Amino acid sequence: MGLLDKQFTNDSIVIAKVDDLLNWARLSSLWQVGFGLACCAIEMMATSASHYDFDRFGVIPRPSPRQSDVIIISGTVTLKMATRIKRLYEQMPDPKYVISMGSCSNSGGPYWEHGYHVLKGVDRIIPVDVYVPGCPPRPEALLEGLLKLQEKIRNHSSRKLINSEVKKSA
Amino acid sequence: MSIEVEEKISKLTEVQKRGNGLRTEHMVLNMGPQHPSTHGVLRLELELEGEIIKKVIPHIGYLHRCFEKHAEAMTYPQVVPYTDRMDYLGAMYNEFGYAVAVEKLLGIQVPERVDYIRVIMGELQRIASHLVALGTYGLDIGAFTPFLYCFRDREKILNLFEITCGARLLYNYIWVGGLSHDIHPDFVRLTKEFVTYFKPNIKELNDLLTNNKIFIDRTANVGVLPKETAINYGISGPNLRASGFKWDIRKDDTYSVYNKFDFDIPVGQGLMGTVGDCWDRYYLRVQEMEQSLRIIEQAIDQIPEGDVSSAIPKRIKPPVGQVYSRVENPRGELGYFIISNGGTSPFRVKVKGPSFVNLGIMDELSRGHMVADIIAILGSIDIVLGEVDR
Amino acid sequence: MKTAQDIFNILKEKFGNSVLELVSTQPVEPFITVNPLVVNKICLFLRDNEELLFDNLMNLSGVDDANGKTVKAEDGTSKVEGATLSVYYHIESTSLKHKVVLKVSAPVEKPDVESVALIWRHADWHEREAYDLIGLNFLNHPDLRRILMPYDWEFGHPLRKDYKDPEFYLGMKVPY
Repeated sequence: MGLLDKQFTNDSIVIAKVDDLLNWARLSSLWQVGFGLACCAIEMMATSASHYDFDRFGVIPRPSPRQSDVIIISGTVTLKMATRIKRLYEQMPDPKYVISMGSCSNSGGPYWEHGYHVLKGVDRIIPVDVYVPGCPPRPEALLEGLLKLQEKIRNHSSRKLINSEVKKSA
Repeated sequence: MSIEVEEKISKLTEVQKRGNGLRTEHMVLNMGPQHPSTHGVLRLELELEGEIIKKVIPHIGYLHRCFEKHAEAMTYPQVVPYTDRMDYLGAMYNEFGYAVAVEKLLGIQVPERVDYIRVIMGELQRIASHLVALGTYGLDIGAFTPFLYCFRDREKILNLFEITCGARLLYNYIWVGGLSHDIHPDFVRLTKEFVTYFKPNIKELNDLLTNNKIFIDRTANVGVLPKETAINYGISGPNLRASGFKWDIRKDDTYSVYNKFDFDIPVGQGLMGTVGDCWDRYYLRVQEMEQSLRIIEQAIDQIPEGDVSSAIPKRIKPPVGQVYSRVENPRGELGYFIISNGGTSPFRVKVKGPSFVNLGIMDELSRGHMVADIIAILGSIDIVLGEVDR
Repeated sequence: MKTAQDIFNILKEKFGNSVLELVSTQPVEPFITVNPLVVNKICLFLRDNEELLFDNLMNLSGVDDANGKTVKAEDGTSKVEGATLSVYYHIESTSLKHKVVLKVSAPVEKPDVESVALIWRHADWHEREAYDLIGLNFLNHPDLRRILMPYDWEFGHPLRKDYKDPEFYLGMKVPY
């Protein structure tokens, strides 16, 4: 809370909407599955290393999908790997988010035509929230992608979700 | 067996008998393809007896991106970007190797300026690649700080590449017969600055990791690779040299202008344990970075004047025939076998990736070690999955 | 240090008809064609002979030659005949510093080649790869399985020139 510390010394109360509070909590500590696929994984590593410092957005790589909120598909998804990625995604607890990093996982990238063993876009197996273009995207581009995801979470409304579920079951 | 014992056994139930026969089973443990220490999407099937490894079966192909099919479908210059994406930590050197191979097939000579710039780029790339190898090796063993230090220095090299060709990781810079751009006017000055900046950092790395007691305990005398086994398994690069065999394609089957520079080939000496253990393989990379700095220092002062694109052929159409050409990439011997049928695209390109070959030794090296040593051994081999699977 | 011609002469003397010819019209490197069913004996000789000492297999590559000729039968159907698959062996001696290239060819209907995986352990994975992508069958290989493609891949060998992508694999669409 930093600067705000001193202003709330006497058992103060903050009033906020539940949605705002939940979304704020969610977007501020997006833990990602520590999981690299191909060239983009190197840029993802560079993003979390000294110069670009992913940590300051609350992104910490976790070794297990069960502790994570976001999976960054960083690189080419092959047919052999695709079933594993789907399983990893299914093992993540809700709410979960997917960032597709780089041309390969967006659409097959340079391997779209002759890649007999390349899945042309990870969105064929799991839903994607944010696409980051580039081959490979610069670390700045991945940071921008993360900010876009945070924006998306910030505007999320749980009431709408509940309403739509009620409609579905009715 | 005495009669008493036989009587006793006959009274046992079926389940007890099984226990009495002391039947044990090896445990099969799956590691990967999503595992933070497998350096990508490698899957290892470990057969264990307690903590002891009995067998390691690597399963690869999770990143098979069909390079060879693409090479057959593209024209010769179009293949260059795909070579980048094989060994994405040594992209400059992959292009270098491909360009050398096609030039051999065409029988053309490139201007000397091109060769000098290629060598400088290649050696810078070698340092960058080794920095990743060393940093992540520390990370695997449990030391986080060297990773941050290594990536800090690597960024400086990537900046040099960026002012040259605009890309950080995959360059498409070295073309058949030349280069895509000439170097930036500031490149020579910045490279010299980098060399003076980076030299003391090697000592810093040594203080942090190389001579660290915990690190030595984890790596010395682990995964010892004897010289004869290494040659028979086709191991190349730092892994082969760490086993005490002085073999470097830059000297032994020289290409480009490497014969004009004065540099040493470090070999493993077993300073902390046995020759060819994990620590030797690690330390060899540190020594190689020093030698690469030496080459850069010599080359940067002698870059001749000239045009870097004058020898690029308008249309590449090699004669019918085949060539096998190899270069010393940061991981070892990178070979291109190209068959031409006289057309504008290759008939067949086969790549011998050093990582693909080096990974084959995994079973031999880890048998008899503890499970935790798998990480130390795998990290010391330094594979890039993009090149293993191509 | 021996040239390809010297090595060819030595092999011809030792193995007779199994060593077919020396092709030296190539622009860069000549190669020796040999019989695919004795290539393991020739390789063992190359490795262990004291004058040759080829201890390092640099590369082993399978190639689909795509050299079949279309023959029309009398009933109007046509089929491809005479196509071969080849294997190139690039071998060198680290002590004597000489190199040689061997080539074997086998008909595509029955692509049997003797394995050299036990002579140079290096060849193990390369042969598995050639089996996987080209479809060469290596006899006496210790563990001939697919290596790069999934183990349950049943749509053929993708580096054949006449390979066609399947429409679906495990419910995933393969073409773009």
